[in-house]
Amino acid sequence: MAATEKEIVDGLAEIVNEIAGIPVEDVQLDKSFTDDLDVDSLSMVEVVVAAEERFDVKIPDDDVKNLKTVGDATKYILEHQA
Amino acid sequence: MAKIKPSQGAAYARILGVGGYRPTRVVPNEVILEKIDSSDEWIRSRSGIATRHWASPEETVAAMSVEAGGKAIADAGITPEQIGAVIVSTVSHFKQTPAVATEIADKLGAGKPAAFDISAGCAGFGYGLTLAKGMVTDGSAEYALVIGVERLSDLTDLEDRATAFLFGDGAGAVVVGPAKEPAIGPTVWGSEGDKSETIKQTESWEAYREGGVAPAKFPAITQEGQAVFRWAVFEMAKVAQQALDAAGITADDLDVFIPHQANMRIIDSMVKTLKLPEHVTVARDVETTGNTSAASIPLAMERLLATGEAKSGDTALVIGFGAGLVYAATVVTLP
Repeated sequence: MAATEKEIVDGLAEIVNEIAGIPVEDVQLDKSFTDDLDVDSLSMVEVVVAAEERFDVKIPDDDVKNLKTVGDATKYILEHQA
Repeated sequence: MAKIKPSQGAAYARILGVGGYRPTRVVPNEVILEKIDSSDEWIRSRSGIATRHWASPEETVAAMSVEAGGKAIADAGITPEQIGAVIVSTVSHFKQTPAVATEIADKLGAGKPAAFDISAGCAGFGYGLTLAKGMVTDGSAEYALVIGVERLSDLTDLEDRATAFLFGDGAGAVVVGPAKEPAIGPTVWGSEGDKSETIKQTESWEAYREGGVAPAKFPAITQEGQAVFRWAVFEMAKVAQQALDAAGITADDLDVFIPHQANMRIIDSMVKTLKLPEHVTVARDVETTGNTSAASIPLAMERLLATGEAKSGDTALVIGFGAGLVYAATVVTLP
């Protein structure tokens, strides 16, 4: 069953916490991965791959650069999940 | 039809000796920072690299190879005359003909071995090792010398803040010879030419033809960082697992993991993805050597053995991956 927006944000928060050690409560829709959450470009790749597995979605390299905020990623996953 | 006699070689092959050469000049991040807007902290956090070696004009591809090759031959306990083949993997020898392998063989005093260069980027060591194993087991050479050598400082854009700090110079070599039991597993290797644009030389040498408009900058190696990282970590972890499966062992059986020393972040993430047990020693030579492409695996192997972090007889998984894209992974018994 497709995940809801809240489930996706919660899932991303867990992933970002595990990969970059950011507190889950800091991961909010309006937060920028790089500027607010200190997720660098390589960690972002790890976040994307973990999100692909968790939400059964494909996020090609060309699309990764457009996912600036948690909201961008959430919207992308909502629209592309299987 | 005449009957052709079958070739006869050793039952099995193994790495008998290893040798490395690191250029005298050690280049810390401070020197890199003279030409890019970055910081030591940023470079270390993105790559794990603190220093690298850059070759002097005298430390040529051939000269570094002769040093590393000579050490590997001595370590194997054989003489140069016993070498039947010299395989050199490099992308930074700027004279394509003749192959630099012939000059290296001659300077080593190896007599008249088969000698040739291969181009397989950062997977070059694994490609060469696979060829050498085949030669030893089919009898084309009793002993084969495999050298990975690079002067990547010659192909580095020192003004590109994404790559200026990555590359280093050096040579690593192994001697492959006969063995009584299997000591080099099946190689899992391949290429993905559809991703050839992700790591490449910026300009073709064709651009420098007489009468043409030469590009303002000398060619350099450039890469799409995120795409390469993703492929290197997640696709190569699958290849590494396939190499373990092909050798009939599991990660628990490993003593040592020697991935191509591209970037500490790739190494760390691979270790995590592969779920390597705590007891496996992981090569992290990139910190003080940078990325030396084809030379990185034998250089890291030599250092682990020299420092005692690994020992002769240990079981090691080696995996190279890079421009092509190409890759090669296999399990070996350390010399």
